Amino acid sequence: MDGNDKLKMILGRLLQAIPSIIGIVIVTFVLTRALPGDPAVYFAGPAADEKSIQEIRVSLGLDKSWPEQFWIYITDLATGNLGVSVSTGLPVAEELTRRLPASLELTFLALLFSLAVALPLGVAAATRPNTWVDQLCRVVVTAGVSLPVFFTGLFMVYLFYYILGVAPPPLGRLDIIFLSPPPITNFYTIDALLDGDFETFGAALAQLILPAITLGIFTLAPLARMTRAAMLQVLSSDFIRTARASGLRRSTVLYVYAFRNALLPILTTLGMVFSFMLGSNVLVEKVFAWPGIGSFAIEALIVSDYAAVQGFVLAMAILYVLLNLTIDIAYTLIDPRVGLDG
Amino acid sequence: MRRRDFLKTMGIAAGASTIPFLKFMPAEAAGRDGTLVVVTGNGPNSMDIQRKGTNRPSYQIAVNLYDRLVGYSTKKLENGTLMYDYTSLEPEAAESWTIAPDGKSITFKMRKGATFWDGTPITAQDVKWSFDRAVSLGGFPTVQMKAGSLEKPEQFEAVDDETFVIKLLRPSKLTLPDLGVPVPIIFNSTLAKKNATADDPWATEYLHRTPAGGGAFMLERWDPGQQTVYKRFDGWKNGTLPGVERVIIRQVPSASTRRALLERGDADVSLDLPPKDFAELSASGKFSISGVPIENSMTAIGLNLNFEPFANKLVRQAIAYSVPYDQIFKQAAFERGIPMWGGKSKTPATIEWPQPFPYDTDYDKAKDLLKEAGYANGFDVPLSFNLGLAQWSEPMSLLLQESLGKVGVNVTIDKIPGANWRTAALVEKKLPMHIKNFGGWLNYPDYYSFWVYEKGRLFNSMNYDNPKVQELTNATLHMEVDNPEYAPKIKELIGIFFDDVPLIPVYQPYLDVAMQKDVTGYKYYAHRQLDCRLFTKVTS
Repeated sequence: MDGNDKLKMILGRLLQAIPSIIGIVIVTFVLTRALPGDPAVYFAGPAADEKSIQEIRVSLGLDKSWPEQFWIYITDLATGNLGVSVSTGLPVAEELTRRLPASLELTFLALLFSLAVALPLGVAAATRPNTWVDQLCRVVVTAGVSLPVFFTGLFMVYLFYYILGVAPPPLGRLDIIFLSPPPITNFYTIDALLDGDFETFGAALAQLILPAITLGIFTLAPLARMTRAAMLQVLSSDFIRTARASGLRRSTVLYVYAFRNALLPILTTLGMVFSFMLGSNVLVEKVFAWPGIGSFAIEALIVSDYAAVQGFVLAMAILYVLLNLTIDIAYTLIDPRVGLDG
Repeated sequence: MRRRDFLKTMGIAAGASTIPFLKFMPAEAAGRDGTLVVVTGNGPNSMDIQRKGTNRPSYQIAVNLYDRLVGYSTKKLENGTLMYDYTSLEPEAAESWTIAPDGKSITFKMRKGATFWDGTPITAQDVKWSFDRAVSLGGFPTVQMKAGSLEKPEQFEAVDDETFVIKLLRPSKLTLPDLGVPVPIIFNSTLAKKNATADDPWATEYLHRTPAGGGAFMLERWDPGQQTVYKRFDGWKNGTLPGVERVIIRQVPSASTRRALLERGDADVSLDLPPKDFAELSASGKFSISGVPIENSMTAIGLNLNFEPFANKLVRQAIAYSVPYDQIFKQAAFERGIPMWGGKSKTPATIEWPQPFPYDTDYDKAKDLLKEAGYANGFDVPLSFNLGLAQWSEPMSLLLQESLGKVGVNVTIDKIPGANWRTAALVEKKLPMHIKNFGGWLNYPDYYSFWVYEKGRLFNSMNYDNPKVQELTNATLHMEVDNPEYAPKIKELIGIFFDDVPLIPVYQPYLDVAMQKDVTGYKYYAHRQLDCRLFTKVTS
């Protein structure tokens, strides 16, 4: 498959995603409105009278029929306007461009940590099944999933910030004395580097470490387990036996032949874990005052903030499509037998 | 050096989008002298209190960034905490005021030399524009203005730059105090009008993000969902210049983290902690904890008269005798409040409000009353509470469930999400038994009665209807407190509340704030938001 073909395939895949995105737009529109609770009443404030509730309803466009509201939503969407979040008072697009990078930055680092621990652990456990390494892997993994995230988070804050005082205050993306770097990507670490400002880079990274580890510990389990299982399966297959019989070096057998073949299921798990982490790290966000997308979505949902919920779901859907595509492309790089159309 | 440049070039009230690129907060922030760091659970969602959908934390913007015509003076409580004195007003943007001999108007003289942040003088025209805005926008600001009988633009007149007149629709004791609440703030109308459009004559979009005022602090930075930073306006003339130069308010959603930040010394002031944390911090003796009873407010149990057993007064009294007051106070409220049970007499001795009701936990009395009412075998009833307030409502509900079971009233607990609470409890008024915590900004029993006990009012979630209450409330609502008729009428009113008990008060909650020992000047207001103008930080 040459480059041109690949590009065509990618475009094809993106086109295929359009119907599902349209479906998601319709479903979220209907679902948000089917939720109990009346946003006009909520946002009018506790002391409001019937008249002011009605005024709010009109200003939110909620006095119109569903099809009319939907048409307005679609035409706005076509111009890139995601509407205004009533609870935060800002355009949803602005909220997303600020909060999504915060969540992504945290999730990427958490995944990196998770991979750095889970892959070696899984491989080691698979090559020496039922030894102490395997048991260690089992213990770490079990502990990782069984400790609730808010518990790990609070424990980390208690130990490293409160008792030892080595971690910076859990005050979100930057400590009080720093100001955010000039926004280019909105990833604070990257922006600080682009700006050549290593002090802010260090500060941003320091803020990231505890929440990233907290989040990472939770995702160790699926990754380590999947690595172990995939490696075990590959190691017991015929071509490994042949490789060993041919007298290839142990490391060559393990890393060049076995690991590469075990990567496919690991990558699949990785994709799932990633998208799961992105939306579900609300508790980590709360403990570390992280201005991420998870808490934004939950709060919007609680107060029936339609535009915010719709914008969040849409952003996640698009992200998921892109993520799947990236993983599929990665498959073809790892294993030439896999085609994009497969 | 860039951080120095920032200080020089720092314009007036730059919004978050116009912040120049610099890496550190100005030098004094790093040293933290003169900078107050506040951690709180929720932050503002608008810079404009008069906007639709503005949340409670946004009230602090109105308090710190804007002036009103008048403010409240300060009194000192027994425990040394400062509290606003509702009964005596002090000048803010208005230097003085006089009530016309015929009682039909109030004339305000504007303070000479006071300016907005951009140097424009604060004139009567600005007040006129701002008040017109508050009564015209609709929603919350209009309702709040109406409470002070301020209803239409024709009532407000700017005679000249220095003279502002309010024409009164009716003489009312509520008018002047209502000018001190966070709503009637004074905007820089010249600046606001420049940013108004034909569709948006009141510049709501502009003022939503960019404050335009002349208050003691200017906005240095607003990162919604993360932090708000105030910087002192050194040209402020409408009061004593604040003791701190900069206030950084960080949003930290987790209460445990907020407590850790205070204990580690990274935060000077910590708000919204659970009662348990305040009790523990207070016991540790390392911090100043200020617990001020929230005025005109009580945590109470509402009994809905539309629910058949509760239509009977004897049943309501029986319930009031089966509430485990002491347990709730100790285990749900951690004693952060004032008991509202165990009153001595069935007729009120004073017009103080709230005051303890003449009930105590007495299961035998409750059983007798239930028998007399024909409910000897008890009944089933759901008890609802607002999930948003679960921290203390949930233990309270569980304790109630247990103790009502002892008199044969079988309680099931019904948790209602915050977004649905208002509709279910206040609009549809369909919750048979529920936990309430209403508080009124204007501190009078008749004002409380107006909102909570009068038939059909929004906060009358009990569907309580008593013509005598109606009559007494209407007679006293606008009456001056020193009127000889006032006290007897209020006593009669409170006596009816005692006897009828559609609402069973348990305690008057505290508003708690935890501070480092070197922070002083905290003052409590009915709006429950920080007034940063009074803080000082003593550096050793």
